[in-house]
Amino acid sequence: MQTIGQQLINGLSLGSIYALLALGYTMVYGIIKLINFAHGDIYMLGAFWGYYVINVLHVNFIVALLSAMVFCALVGVVIEAIAYRPLRHSPRITALITAIGVSFLLENGMSYLFTANTRNFPQVIKTVTWHFAGMRISNIQVLILVTACLLMLILELIIKKTKMGKAMRAVSVDPTAAQLVGINLNHTISFTFALGSAMAGAAGVLIGLYYNSIDPLMGMTPGIKAFVAAVIGGIGSVPGASLGGFIIGLLETAVQAIGLSAYKDAVVYVVLIVILLVLPAGIFGKNVKEKV
Amino acid sequence: MKTTLKANAVWLGVMILGFVVIDAAEFAGLVNTFIENMLVTIGINVILATGLNLIIGFSGQFSLGHAGFMAIGAYATGIITQSIATPLGFYLSMIVGIFVAIIAALIVGIPTLRLRGDYLAIATMGAAEIIRILINNLKITNGAAGLFNIPALASWATVYTIMCVTTIVTVNFIHSRGGRAVMSVREDEIAAEAMGINTTRWKLAAFVFGAATAAIGGSLHAAYIQTIAPSDFNIMASIAILIIVVLGGVGSITGTFVAAIVLGALDTILQNFGTLRMIIYSLALILIMIFKPTGLLGNWELSFKRLNHHKEVSAHE
Amino acid sequence: MKKWEQTTIKLTALATIAMTLAGCSTAKSSTSQGNNPGKTIKIGVNMELSGSAAGYGNQEKQGIQLAVNQINKNGGIKVGSTKKKIQLVIRDNKTANTTAASVAAQLVNNDKVVAVVGPAATNAGTASIPNMTKAAVPSVSPSATDPGYTLQKGGTVQPYIFRACYQNNFQGSSAAKFVTKTLKAKRVAILTDNSSDYGTGLTKAFKQAYTGTVASSQTFQEGDKDFNAILTSLKHKKVDAIYAPGYYSELGLIIKQARQAGINVPIIGSDGMADAKLAKIAGNHNATNVYYTTPFSTKSGATNPTAANFLKAFQAKYQTTAPTFSALAYDSVYMIKAAIENEKSANSVKIADGLAKLKNFKGVTGTITMNKKHNPEKSIVVEKLTQGIVKQTYNVQ
Repeated sequence: MQTIGQQLINGLSLGSIYALLALGYTMVYGIIKLINFAHGDIYMLGAFWGYYVINVLHVNFIVALLSAMVFCALVGVVIEAIAYRPLRHSPRITALITAIGVSFLLENGMSYLFTANTRNFPQVIKTVTWHFAGMRISNIQVLILVTACLLMLILELIIKKTKMGKAMRAVSVDPTAAQLVGINLNHTISFTFALGSAMAGAAGVLIGLYYNSIDPLMGMTPGIKAFVAAVIGGIGSVPGASLGGFIIGLLETAVQAIGLSAYKDAVVYVVLIVILLVLPAGIFGKNVKEKV
Repeated sequence: MKTTLKANAVWLGVMILGFVVIDAAEFAGLVNTFIENMLVTIGINVILATGLNLIIGFSGQFSLGHAGFMAIGAYATGIITQSIATPLGFYLSMIVGIFVAIIAALIVGIPTLRLRGDYLAIATMGAAEIIRILINNLKITNGAAGLFNIPALASWATVYTIMCVTTIVTVNFIHSRGGRAVMSVREDEIAAEAMGINTTRWKLAAFVFGAATAAIGGSLHAAYIQTIAPSDFNIMASIAILIIVVLGGVGSITGTFVAAIVLGALDTILQNFGTLRMIIYSLALILIMIFKPTGLLGNWELSFKRLNHHKEVSAHE
Repeated sequence: MKKWEQTTIKLTALATIAMTLAGCSTAKSSTSQGNNPGKTIKIGVNMELSGSAAGYGNQEKQGIQLAVNQINKNGGIKVGSTKKKIQLVIRDNKTANTTAASVAAQLVNNDKVVAVVGPAATNAGTASIPNMTKAAVPSVSPSATDPGYTLQKGGTVQPYIFRACYQNNFQGSSAAKFVTKTLKAKRVAILTDNSSDYGTGLTKAFKQAYTGTVASSQTFQEGDKDFNAILTSLKHKKVDAIYAPGYYSELGLIIKQARQAGINVPIIGSDGMADAKLAKIAGNHNATNVYYTTPFSTKSGATNPTAANFLKAFQAKYQTTAPTFSALAYDSVYMIKAAIENEKSANSVKIADGLAKLKNFKGVTGTITMNKKHNPEKSIVVEKLTQGIVKQTYNVQ
């Protein structure tokens, strides 16, 4: 029983990490229907930013977190403006290849500048482990879990309650019509990228702190997993992304707990395919009817 | 009919000429192992990318799992030629690979091809990863260590020949009734269905056809490089093939050839740039996409038939 | 239907023509005499400088560059009566097997190197073997550990392929002996890096040699960061030790998370762990009761003057403690140097002969004698970390 409880905690804390990353994917996809392959690498940039400001400028954790969010938001906006905006009217697969190109560029550029070595993240918050009923949970696990849920709520509020959020929803439904009613397309899309990338920046610092290890390729695998999470949850949906993240986290944990660690990724993909077959647009996705 | 025959003859001539040129260059010492390596890699990439272009460019289904089927072909060759190390064994292993890949493609395709666009992409990616993880954990495939000391049963000539044959078969398929059915599915699925085309069947046909060519590419890869490991067939490998297709122009077989050659040459030249190679490569990729969003050739095809036709028309005038 | 038949006939005809052509492709079968040096001795580096193994590849590159700088500073390599400097040709293989084969071909054919150091990984190495053998140029891999790496299909040795590291069977069984005899562990859990031959090969060898009970055998992938689920499931299995062969980047996290989960049993690993970064990632207070098998101990400076010099020079050049990969790569260069000097020739075939005959070579990673299978025979030590620092070393018999 204790073991099951502990595994539940493990699964939730892993899931909250995927959820944090999936939020950014889902926002960008929701608005311009682009699988932003570079999202995982923006998360890596956030982690490196945190690493440098803490080690070199000796700032505290909150400043590192917020500055990483701002930095990644800027990076996201710049990438969108340079690499994706010229391709807005091109076939979507072209934009996808550009996104892959940006991802390669960030990974290899960072390896070139900072070497491919794994670094240890400065431990600015001392890990405290709480015990209760034979289970353990650390303050950083709680921090990540709370941040993931908080950010999801904030995002949902921005999208549902603010004017910009309304514009985002309008653009996602029909960009041309949105422009006709006076919505600035470029601003709205830039804002979405800023928001999504800021999420990734926050995730980078938090996860860097949690695992204490960062490297230029750290965004690759979690990036793909987070995308799968977003798809399972219904891409374009904010609560869906979080739910997808937690599902994958719990699933991976469960598979490892029963001793099938070699197949943990395979099980994730099987579940992905099954969910897509039953719910072709993911759990919370809207199934758009075909028009003739 | 006559123009068709003429055009076919020209194509045959081009293929034989290409072969003779490479052979002569090899004989004269212009092509050493290094250049040969590049040529073979290009050839294998053409085979893989033509198959993927059929799926993406002609049937309009976005598949991201090509490396999974390539892995099946590669492992079929790797395993079978360990015990039958003869050319016959190699061709046998290739056929087994194709067969298994077709079965796998049916298993993957029948349920997932109902999905659309990016959802299909992510589902096929998942399927390819499942194949890779199975290979990574099976005993017969030697797990993560992969297989090495695979007998060298594919020379550049084998690769060249098979590249020509698969291209001819693919192009013929595209120009057949089936090909037109497949393209109609791409253009408008509902309209195609209304015309009495069984869309699911033709989508599946293109998918299975693509998977079979991927298996052929994998077989050749295994027999030429002589080493295969599960990590050769990960998501990045699928993406590498996708890049060739998109860069050349989705729906252009000529474009696939051009892109495979351009990227193959680029990769080889960049070998002189050390650690900068991947940076330059990614920049080149981004820039080409921004300035040529439809790929290098768009959906333009080189056609001797058309060229001939133009000449005849102008001659008559 | 008729058209289909026609196409088939056309195709068959075409295939026949093509096959005939394929048959008459002029295969050059002259055996290569190997490459000869020019004014300088060109040594190629076929290394994983980008991609997933870039971290290890770059460490090896540092070791190689240090060795070459030292040799050139001392005038170069003595070939017969003259001294020739080394010229390095460093090429990146992207951690891709196909590229590794291409890089090998470029190094031996275009750059005309007389010997190659690398690749780091077994698979990239085996993919390069055909091209190395065709050109009759030897390669020394600092870290290709698969037992079959230096062997051909029938079990005969690859004439031009050498390595500087242990092969998995030796290291894995040594670890098993250590766990049985020194730690006296009756039940162990195994955690394997399942993304390369390294972890799986070591686990296989360990399982064969270990006489106790393997209570649980789980795997992880390169790049994994969360091991809490596996560790939690191990906790109530009452194991005496954990054997975890893999690299420092994942092992550091395993150690950290195991200790945080309250698993305090000894953790035993392999030479991929022998890196100062391990303790940094795990946290010093967690890196206690951690052991690993290694050819090269940062403590071995006390007994081995070559190692002492190497450690000092590495620290001076790169401002960090030398990792094992750098040490192995450094030795690879000096092994080639010794082969050239023993044979009094820098012809690539001669270098291969020299490498095969290498005896009592004093390297950083021990005194090396090349055996018949081109595996270096050298002693193995087990280092013990306490509070992140090597406090004790054990010899394994």
